[in-house]
Amino acid sequence: MKPKERIAKRASRELKNRDIVNLGIGIPTLVAEYIPENIQVFLHSENGILGVGPAPKADAVDPDIVNAGKLPVSIEEGASFFDSAASFGMIRGGHIDVSILGVLQVDRSGRVANWAVPGKSVLGVGGAMDLLEGSKKVIVTTMHTTNEGEPKIVEELSYPITSWRKVDLIITELAVFSVQEEGLLLIDKQPNVTLQEIIEKTGAHFEVDQNLIEISDLDGVVAK
Amino acid sequence: MNKIISSKEAANLIKNGSRIMVGGFGLVGSPLTIIEEITKTNVNQLEIISNNLGEPGKGLGVLVQMKKVKKAIGSYFTSNPDVVKAYQSGELEVELLPQGTFSEAIRAGGTGIGGFYTPVGAGTELAAAKEERVIDNKHYLLQTPLKADFALIKACKADELGNLTYSKSARNFNPLMAASADIVIAEVEEIVKAGELSPEEIVTPHLFVDYLVLKGGGR
Repeated sequence: MKPKERIAKRASRELKNRDIVNLGIGIPTLVAEYIPENIQVFLHSENGILGVGPAPKADAVDPDIVNAGKLPVSIEEGASFFDSAASFGMIRGGHIDVSILGVLQVDRSGRVANWAVPGKSVLGVGGAMDLLEGSKKVIVTTMHTTNEGEPKIVEELSYPITSWRKVDLIITELAVFSVQEEGLLLIDKQPNVTLQEIIEKTGAHFEVDQNLIEISDLDGVVAK
Repeated sequence: MNKIISSKEAANLIKNGSRIMVGGFGLVGSPLTIIEEITKTNVNQLEIISNNLGEPGKGLGVLVQMKKVKKAIGSYFTSNPDVVKAYQSGELEVELLPQGTFSEAIRAGGTGIGGFYTPVGAGTELAAAKEERVIDNKHYLLQTPLKADFALIKACKADELGNLTYSKSARNFNPLMAASADIVIAEVEEIVKAGELSPEEIVTPHLFVDYLVLKGGGR
C-alpha cells in the first residue's frame, strides 16, 4: 500500500457509524475508499451536498454534481442539496462530526496552517477556516515531511495560521499523534518505523504513549 | 409583466463600474450565457462578487483576461492563474473572505441584516481591519453585509413569473444572491407557464427575480 493510501486507511478507522464527515482535497478524499463496510457515514460537501457518493464512471458524469474540489461525484440514496449559506451554517454551527483535512504545517499545540504560503499572493481561502472552526472533531492527514524533507509537524507555525482551534488527531505515513492539552502524544506508529526516525522527521517535541500501538494490522486497530 | 429578455438586453443593463454578484461554484451554476454577452460589451471597471473568477478563458475568467474587472470579492481565486497575474500586476484588487463568511454576508445583504459576528478568521491574517468582539470568552469578527447593483444567477427552471428551481449542486450561491441585489437576472434552462412548477419545488420565489434569460440567449 502506498504511503498516502496507508494514511487514508488509518484515518477511515476513526469514523463511527452515522458520522457526518467532510473530506478535504488530496489524501482526505482517499479516505472515502476505505470506510469500513460495517459502518455508514454521510459525506458533506461545502458546495451544498449531504450524501456524496464515489466518482462516477465517465459516461455517468453529471456536470451539476461536483465536490468542493470541483470534481465530478455521485450522490447516495437519501442525499440532499442546499445553498452555500446553509452548508456553511452546518459547518460553523457544529453539525459536522468529523473533518479530515490536509495541512502545510501543524504545530506542537495542534494548530494548523493550510491556506496561505508566505511570500506568495494570498488569493484563496475557501472553506478551510470554517471547517477548522466549526467541526466537532478535526483529523489532519498529511505526509510526515514535505517533498524537500522538511518536517510538517513543527514547534511553531511559520506559515499563516488558519484558526486558533486545535485539531484532535494527526495521521502521517509514519505515525499517529493525539493532540493533548500539554502537546502531542505519539499513539500509533508503523511497525517498520523506529521511534528515532519519527523523532528525526518531526519538528516538534512529543511524548510517547505508554500504550503505543503498532499499525501492523490496520483492520485490527480500533478507533480510540 | 414580461420578465423574459435576451442575453444581449441583459448585458446592456450593466454599466461601467457596476457591482455585480455572479452565482456559481467554479463554472457549476454560473450564468455563462450572460457572462459571454458581457464580454461583447464595452463595460469595464466592474466589481465582481463571486466565489471564484472562472477559469482561464472560461466564465468570469474571460472578463479577467479582458481586464474588465477592477475588484473581486470572493473566497477562492487561486485556481485561475490569470487572476493571480492580474493581482500581481496591480490591475485587480481582491478582497478575500472565508467561504462561509462570504455566503452569510450575501445572505445578510438580502435579508436586512446589518452585519454579524463570526468566529471564523479570528486570529488570522483575514482578521486585519475587522472589528473583534469577545462573546462568552470566544473571539468573533464583525462581518458587514454584501449587496450589489446586479445579481447574475443561474437556475434550472423558471416559470413566467420568475419562480426558480435549481439543479443539484448548481444551486450554491444563486438563491442567496437572488435576494441581495437591486436588479436580479436569472439565466435558466427552461421557462414554463405559471402553475407548472410545484410550489414545493420553488426555491427562489418570483419576488426576487427581475429578469429571465434563456440559456443560449434568445427570447
